[in-house]
Amino acid sequence: MRRLCCWGGIEMQTPYAVSFRNGQSLAVGEIPVIPIERFRDSVIAAVGGGGRIASFFAVPADGAGVRLYAVLADDGQGTLSVLSCDVQDRYPSLTPDCPQAHLFEREIAEQWGVVPEGHPWLKPVRFHAPFDGRRDVWGRTREQILPSVMKYFQVEGHEVHEVAVGPVHAGIIEPGHFRFQCHGEIVLHLEISLGYQHRGIEEAILRGPEKRLLPFMQTVAGDTSIGHTTAYCQLRESLAGGCVPPKAQAIRGIALELERLANHTGDLGALAGDIGYLPTSSFCGRIRGDFLNMSALLCGNRFGRGLAVPGGVCFDLTPKTAETLAERLTAAKKDVSTAVNLLWNTPSVLARFEDTGVVQSSICRELGMVGVPARACGIAMDCRADFPTGIYQTSPIAVSVWEKGDVFGRAYVRWLEIQKSIDFILGLLASFPEGPIRTEMKPPAPNLFCVSLVEGWRGEICHAAITAADGSFRRYKIVDPSFHNWMGLAMALREQQISDFPLCNKSFNLSYCGHDL
Amino acid sequence: MIRACLARLQQKHRTISYPKTAPALPEQYCGRPAINPGLCSAECRECLEVCPTGAVSKEGNALTIDLGRCLFCRQCEQVCPTKAIRFSREYRLAAGSKSDLLVSGDEMKLAQALDKKTKELFGRSLKLRQVSAGGCNACEADTNVLNTVVFDLGRFGIQFAASPRHADGLLVTGPVTENMRLALQKTYEAVADPRIVIAAGACAVSGGPFIGLSPVHHGVDSVIPVDLYIPGCPPHPVTILDGLLRLLGSI
Repeated sequence: MRRLCCWGGIEMQTPYAVSFRNGQSLAVGEIPVIPIERFRDSVIAAVGGGGRIASFFAVPADGAGVRLYAVLADDGQGTLSVLSCDVQDRYPSLTPDCPQAHLFEREIAEQWGVVPEGHPWLKPVRFHAPFDGRRDVWGRTREQILPSVMKYFQVEGHEVHEVAVGPVHAGIIEPGHFRFQCHGEIVLHLEISLGYQHRGIEEAILRGPEKRLLPFMQTVAGDTSIGHTTAYCQLRESLAGGCVPPKAQAIRGIALELERLANHTGDLGALAGDIGYLPTSSFCGRIRGDFLNMSALLCGNRFGRGLAVPGGVCFDLTPKTAETLAERLTAAKKDVSTAVNLLWNTPSVLARFEDTGVVQSSICRELGMVGVPARACGIAMDCRADFPTGIYQTSPIAVSVWEKGDVFGRAYVRWLEIQKSIDFILGLLASFPEGPIRTEMKPPAPNLFCVSLVEGWRGEICHAAITAADGSFRRYKIVDPSFHNWMGLAMALREQQISDFPLCNKSFNLSYCGHDL
Repeated sequence: MIRACLARLQQKHRTISYPKTAPALPEQYCGRPAINPGLCSAECRECLEVCPTGAVSKEGNALTIDLGRCLFCRQCEQVCPTKAIRFSREYRLAAGSKSDLLVSGDEMKLAQALDKKTKELFGRSLKLRQVSAGGCNACEADTNVLNTVVFDLGRFGIQFAASPRHADGLLVTGPVTENMRLALQKTYEAVADPRIVIAAGACAVSGGPFIGLSPVHHGVDSVIPVDLYIPGCPPHPVTILDGLLRLLGSI
């Protein structure tokens, strides 16, 4: 179902946004191009009315200009809408009235040399040269573009000091640079500068060759190989007008939940490790591997690489494999329950988790945070329930929420989701669809626009694509949930002890490469 | 406390007995490819065309797969009309030089132990600093897993250190992005000589899926010298462990 809609009741007579479903393709020509003022007012009104920016990106136009596309999500209605406008080398920034746009506008500025005028925090995001040889907004030459070289927010005064950490950290972890403004032990502000993992995936998708696309999707964020690959497959299938056999959808669902199980379990173990509670740390480290080995049971790869392809999946789930999987999952359920329940029964653990790294739900909404950190603030949003596709349309999964937005909340939501994911897979295995696992996929149709949302283990994964007249990708925009949430981590650190940073960081466990692309 | 003790009993002893016994690998596990040149026809180029990273090359009917570039996606095996390529379950893949990663038959030259003096220094205690230089967090995760009770890396005298100043070498993942080049060089310089460098995963060995993209380099040895190459996307933890133990001459 597609309709023209008006957000926030403004100008009811003039349709300026197109409403559509997750994974539905529409003709690019159907998306109205409206003046920037109206575009700006509409996005601000939509977000003010409870909407959310799922994606906001630019597509190059003639000269220095670009066409801006904003994809807005209405979680309550389960609908998406898109609006567009043409701008030249500058436009009035949305950020002062709509903080959700802040990182998207910085990204657009860095990629295409378009200035959002009045942006309060206009700094590079990934520290790369602008696309297509466009001008650099900060007037740097190619040689002057160096990672994390920018002006930082600084606090001055008696006993105020600055702590800089990274890009190379103490653990086995991806690189990023963190600047803390501290007064004694207390953090006044944390600024996070990323971009070290920038590999140029978005540009590379457009240049091809096509046979690299799946490897790119699998490595956008390697710990979310299934999530990003599923988002891509969904989008690619919609653009080609193809459908996927129910059995393949079920296998994809199992793989996505196994990915969630492995990562959530690993995170709970790591949270225990960060506060020195070694039993759970040790047990969960091992059980995480058990879940990864279950993904390997499906397809041979612990990260599920090679499983999902446009049109279905490459590996069948035989009754024997299904039986083995159910057995292993039942055993893992027992192990993970014992390991994790130790946390909730240990006062010294709760003392460290509770009231640490609190993010208020109002801040969470303003920043447009997604996934576990949003649900931990009491915001019941989950693509599997709000924008269901594939197996989630027929086998719904309930949303897990907690109230306080602290480290405990983020840990406990993970635990609730672990239990639901195990039961979901066991339920699916008990009544598994029969039939083929893959259909032939035609090439993408020309001049289409499509958005695909998948609830990865970190939160909402959004892939948006526009095809050219020959069916090739004209633009492919990836938004990893981390892109929405890194600022949330910075907010969680305010008024915290700097020694709590590892704990807070782990409670978010955001992706560096998923952000850096 | 009693709960923790009971939980400990329930969780049991979980450390695998590798390298004494062979590791349990999944049924669908994809290990080293084996090539049967006798079955390959000179005109056919299907495997070359389907390979996403250009890992397959051919002269006449002499087929070669570069494990350093291989993502183990099995597409060459699937399209081969004569079944000249077959992926085995061989998990031992680490090599001391890039040329040893070129497979054109059913075997490869695995990594050799360090020279006598270096082995004397590191054989009983090796501290490594891990650097992710554009890695997607899969190689990092399967390196991290070596610290769990399943692999118990400490029993081999190998540990990951928090600072390069405390390390004997680096284990690097990722193709080395331009944005990480300087940080990697500085980390390398911070490790005292003699030092070793291990490149883990297709990206770190050759650039992997990112070969040819301008924001990345072509693997670790385009920036600093490498002593051990571990192929895979990502390598299985046992493959990484096997490489480390071979380097130390433990197996």
